[in-house]
Amino acid sequence: MSQILVRFLVGGAVVSAFSIIGDLLKPKSFAGLFGAAPSVALATLGLTVATEGAAYGATEAHSMMAGAIAFTAYASCVSWVMMRYKVRALWVTICAIPLWLGVAFGLWYVWLK
Amino acid sequence: MQIKVDTSVIGQTRWYEYAIRFLFGGLITAGAGIIAKKFGPVVGGLFLAFPAIFPASATLIEKHEKQKKAAPGLPGAQRGREAAGIDAAGSAMGSVGLLVFALLVWQLVPRHSTWTVLIGATVAWLTCSVLIWHV
Repeated sequence: MSQILVRFLVGGAVVSAFSIIGDLLKPKSFAGLFGAAPSVALATLGLTVATEGAAYGATEAHSMMAGAIAFTAYASCVSWVMMRYKVRALWVTICAIPLWLGVAFGLWYVWLK
Repeated sequence: MQIKVDTSVIGQTRWYEYAIRFLFGGLITAGAGIIAKKFGPVVGGLFLAFPAIFPASATLIEKHEKQKKAAPGLPGAQRGREAAGIDAAGSAMGSVGLLVFALLVWQLVPRHSTWTVLIGATVAWLTCSVLIWHV
């Protein structure tokens, strides 16, 4: 339970730090780079390697590659829809989450399983 | 294009907007750990690249741009959507750097100090992302 709490606090802090850096930067296309910062990985991998070992952390990082490819598909789709259609950012970003899940688990099925 | 730092955004952002991002960031980080414990590191690792705070960030950008344009009496909805779309395009570029980060950690963490690998991989993420953006 305490490890989950530590993950929550460290994760919240690291993710917030990267998003604040992104807020401060202009132009927006450059600031967007920080939306794909490895914030969750940085918050979790150090603790994971310390408690579960380097091999466990490496396995997570290997899977993270599939997650990153899914992130590319997700962010590209959100950008395309936002630039073309009159829809709110909240709806597009939430409705595109199944795309991330589909690509990530599709890659897991064909590549990592 | 010149990169600038605009500190005026800090005053525009409300405390609850920071709190929402902290909450989502914390939840997905804790969630990734719980998923890894329950389903193993292969499934848990996928969530290290989950777009955790993307909806909150995109909504915030859209709102701020809309307010900026609305103040002088201009229609801001279109500009807000475009700004969020441009930010998302930047994130798509940054996600290639995220892939490089994961590749380096996967290859190097079993043989080197964890923090050295994480710092080096973060520098590689930033370098790769900035280069793609610049090109």
